[in-house]
Amino acid sequence: MEFYRSHVLVCGGTPCVLEGCKGVRDALIAEVKRRGLDREVKVVETGCLGPCDLGPVIVVYPEGTLYQKVHVSDVPEIVEEHLLKGRVVTRLAGEGVQAGVVKYEEPTYLGVQERIVLRNCGTIDPESIEEYIARDGYRALAKCLTEMKPADVIEAVKKSGLVGRGGAAFPTGLKWSFTARADADQKYILCNADEGEPGTFKDRLILEGDPHSILEGMAIAGYAVGADKGFIYVRGEYVLSIERLGKAIEQAKALGLLGADIFGSGFSFDVEIRKGAGAYVCGEETALIESIEGKRGEPRVKPPYPGTEGLYGKPTVVNNVETIANVPPILLNGADWFRKFGTERCPGTKVFTLTGDINNKGLVEVPMGITLRRVIYEIGGGIPGGRGFKMAQTGGTSGGCLPKELLDVPMDYFTLPEHGSALGSGALLIMDDTHCIVDIAECFMRFFEHESCGKCTPCREGTARLHEIVAKIARGEGKPGDLELLDELGSAMQVSSLCGLGQAAPVPIKTMLRYFRDEFEAHINDRLCPTGTCGT
Amino acid sequence: MAMVTIDGRRVEVDAGTTILNAAKKLGIDIPTLCYHPDLAVQAVCRICVVDIEGQKLLQPACAFPVQDGMVVYTNTPRVRQARKMNLELLLARHPQDCLQCVRNRNCELQALAERFGMREIRFEHELRGLPEDHSTPAIVREPDKCILCRRCVSMCHDVQAAGVLFPSRRGAHTLVTPVFGRGLDEVACALCGQCIHACPVGAITERDDTERVWQALADPNKHVVIQTAPATRVSIGEEMGLPPGQIITGKLVAALRRLGFDKVMDTDFTADLTIIEEGNEFLKRLKEGGVLPMITSCSPGWVKFGEHFYPDLLKHISTCKSPQQMFGALVKTYYAQKAGIDPKDIFSVSLMPCTAKKYEADRPEMRDSGYKDVDVVLTSRELGRMLREAGINFDDLPEEEHDDPMGISTGAAAIFGATGGVMEAALRTVYEVATGSELPKIDFEQVRGLGGIKEATVRVGGLDVRVAVAHGLGNAKKILDLMREGQANYHFVEIMCCPGGCVGGGGQPIPTTMEIRGIRGAALYEADKGLPYRKSHENPAIKQIYAEFLGEPLGEVSHHLLHTHYTPREKYPAVAKAVCGEAAG
Repeated sequence: MEFYRSHVLVCGGTPCVLEGCKGVRDALIAEVKRRGLDREVKVVETGCLGPCDLGPVIVVYPEGTLYQKVHVSDVPEIVEEHLLKGRVVTRLAGEGVQAGVVKYEEPTYLGVQERIVLRNCGTIDPESIEEYIARDGYRALAKCLTEMKPADVIEAVKKSGLVGRGGAAFPTGLKWSFTARADADQKYILCNADEGEPGTFKDRLILEGDPHSILEGMAIAGYAVGADKGFIYVRGEYVLSIERLGKAIEQAKALGLLGADIFGSGFSFDVEIRKGAGAYVCGEETALIESIEGKRGEPRVKPPYPGTEGLYGKPTVVNNVETIANVPPILLNGADWFRKFGTERCPGTKVFTLTGDINNKGLVEVPMGITLRRVIYEIGGGIPGGRGFKMAQTGGTSGGCLPKELLDVPMDYFTLPEHGSALGSGALLIMDDTHCIVDIAECFMRFFEHESCGKCTPCREGTARLHEIVAKIARGEGKPGDLELLDELGSAMQVSSLCGLGQAAPVPIKTMLRYFRDEFEAHINDRLCPTGTCGT
Repeated sequence: MAMVTIDGRRVEVDAGTTILNAAKKLGIDIPTLCYHPDLAVQAVCRICVVDIEGQKLLQPACAFPVQDGMVVYTNTPRVRQARKMNLELLLARHPQDCLQCVRNRNCELQALAERFGMREIRFEHELRGLPEDHSTPAIVREPDKCILCRRCVSMCHDVQAAGVLFPSRRGAHTLVTPVFGRGLDEVACALCGQCIHACPVGAITERDDTERVWQALADPNKHVVIQTAPATRVSIGEEMGLPPGQIITGKLVAALRRLGFDKVMDTDFTADLTIIEEGNEFLKRLKEGGVLPMITSCSPGWVKFGEHFYPDLLKHISTCKSPQQMFGALVKTYYAQKAGIDPKDIFSVSLMPCTAKKYEADRPEMRDSGYKDVDVVLTSRELGRMLREAGINFDDLPEEEHDDPMGISTGAAAIFGATGGVMEAALRTVYEVATGSELPKIDFEQVRGLGGIKEATVRVGGLDVRVAVAHGLGNAKKILDLMREGQANYHFVEIMCCPGGCVGGGGQPIPTTMEIRGIRGAALYEADKGLPYRKSHENPAIKQIYAEFLGEPLGEVSHHLLHTHYTPREKYPAVAKAVCGEAAG
């Protein structure tokens, strides 16, 4: 590899692509060459850097200066000022950045974060296996295959306290041990990249920004449980993820990091990509398995669990992208290292996607147990226009809606459920005080009515009825008893639905009724929308 | 073994037993809806949910296996609330037109509503507004009544291997339908009607033809003749409130006379005739190196299934018409001549355990008498309706005999209604015709019973004749696939479309479960034992018809009236139609 004095990282995440980052990248490469800097400065397209509504975003290293909303016309100035003369282009550097000579520092946006999962995102060229390897990539796999027994690998993951990051928070090591124990001629590792939760895009950005970390994590899981075949089930809409994963698989195979007899250990592992067709329910692990098998995407009755009877009836581990991305660092650095992050009950970090009424939208990775207040006001930069905070929905559309009284609750997989919510996939939707709760509820319930697969009674009929009743309340046609019926129906759905979709669909409405009941009552009793949003 | 506590009472069961079955052992009746003892567990209705100590969620008793030490509660407040809520949700989407429904008082949803005392439905009463399917002469689908339990889907795919019914669309728009929402006439449906037995409500039923029969009976210019299929004599009792397996042949004949049929004759007669024709066809194929194995042809559901899925094997199917169609062809020729009645005045009705028979009677090739050979097919259920409407009480009826000349039959014909029966009847005759000596043992136990595929080898003269019997199209498929691969080393194969054979036909009384199929079948073997003649070739009426009318087996008249041919059909007719139709257009 060549050495360069400066690296210009151009965010290649989808939002930046939409804003024109490819043109910026090409202009940078051309301008650097024109100025004769191409042996000194390297322009790299990376995965997502995080601040998705500020794109196109570039970061210049080693200083770590972040430029936002960069357009092709800005490129000559950046090269001239920053790369030739060493002066920050303040008008592109965001608020609070002093003019003057550049000095080495992490961008403030990244400052409060702890990056385990996103360790390479925005730092390396995701299409270069060499850059991944240069950042200790595939070292964890090498360590596992050459120094550890499969049981040791599982033990290390168990000790780390890693729990599933897709939302269910099942202990990963324990899950692996079920499949490891199962006696079968064939086992599978499935990576669940069917990220369907509205407002969640962490998996996409991990896949786009660091695809090799998923391949490495899956291979480690395969070694641990005795599986030699993996599938990554990706949303069909994730075109860039699919493209980069495909390239990564080719590169890993070419270097013998996937395929037969990896590191001469006798262990073989292959990965294939499967594209989902867009059903939300296919993020549920057994529906995902049905879909891979070419069947209608619907959940199976459990037990049997996939760990013992999964894909094609064989023992199967299904892990979320973020969970898998945690695996290589844990194996490389040890369980104790991992437990330094986050809380005792819930070690590690969590990737959140910030959306809604918040200044800094995008992707952040913070220690487990961080409070909502810190995420919104320290990392998220607060609410636009200085408006008041009304509610935050944690965990995506199937998560609970928390009022300002709960801004200081630590966010982890065990504390949030105590307040009727869930950490879920890590989506954080912030709403300011101009929004109407009933209006939002109607929107959420419409989503679930649309996405229910229709297999079991409570979800199929219940999601439609929740929506119907809420929509009536929003139209000013609510009647006494509606809220009690919503509560009762929600409870029945939560305990008797076949899969997580129906069990979680009532969570937002249940928490809204718990924390914002007066707003519903105003719509029903006074035919009045307190925020003036609904047509009541 | 696992020791479980259910509602405070302990019971020991095999590990892995479902909670539902463990509770049954304690006499605890957990309510179910999508559960069916003969079908794959669906666990979708969520009516049977129970509380398990230490579990946050309720679990479906029909699917959840017990573990040692498990503590289960079947009636906690949240269990009751969830069950009633799920039932309320189903009812809010159901027409609730019980009084007009064919399944009134024989409906699992209605029974549950009664059991749970559903007095109020708080949700808007909203139907899905789906079109009914009247596209076939056999089966009617009313998807608005469907509660999406998927029992029919399991029956159609797992048991009958036809796989024409699917869940389609999603959420509250989910429906069970043939592909692309087409009618059953546009897909590879065998019209077996097993989906009707799977259905807990009135969403799938037979086409009701009773009105046409009432009209014919009321028409002074019609000579109305009815034939009674073998399997109906052990099932009609259930329509009249008797337990399964009662042999009610004599009372059935009396009841039909009281309804006004001019002649009550017997499909068993043409079952015997089938044995003579089919037995001779088999011997001819053996002797002349014809296509073997030969497969029986009495089951119209199987024939249609074969035409759709195994068009390459049609030459294996016996050319003999089914007993119903042999009867139909003869009633408007032989009987018309003998009785001196113009065949155009004869209205030929058949009482069948079968929905596919309605389709068979409508096939264009089934008009060899010059008229439609069978005018109307009534299923057991439709006749039950007519008898109840007419107020006929089986208790008061005498036992009467079938009418001549097509009313005398043998025990060999009676067992046609049970799986293996046709094979056994054929062996009784083939052996004696081929060898000229008396069969040492008349009962062929190997081909009896509810085993999915039964095999036997019978020494006939110098040849070991290898036979196989399959019932239910899923079992048939296994043999047919072997045949296709050249791996089926049989001479003669009996295939019955429906599990258990015709006693389990799609037109039989509801409920029809494996247990009931077994009881009805056993009754047929009892009937066989009690009859004076037990071999088809000994039937004096059969001897008479050959002497007077047919001449010889496989002869000219037989060829014309008693044999037929088959039509290769598409495996995916609706798809073929859609694709080819567009290409042509």
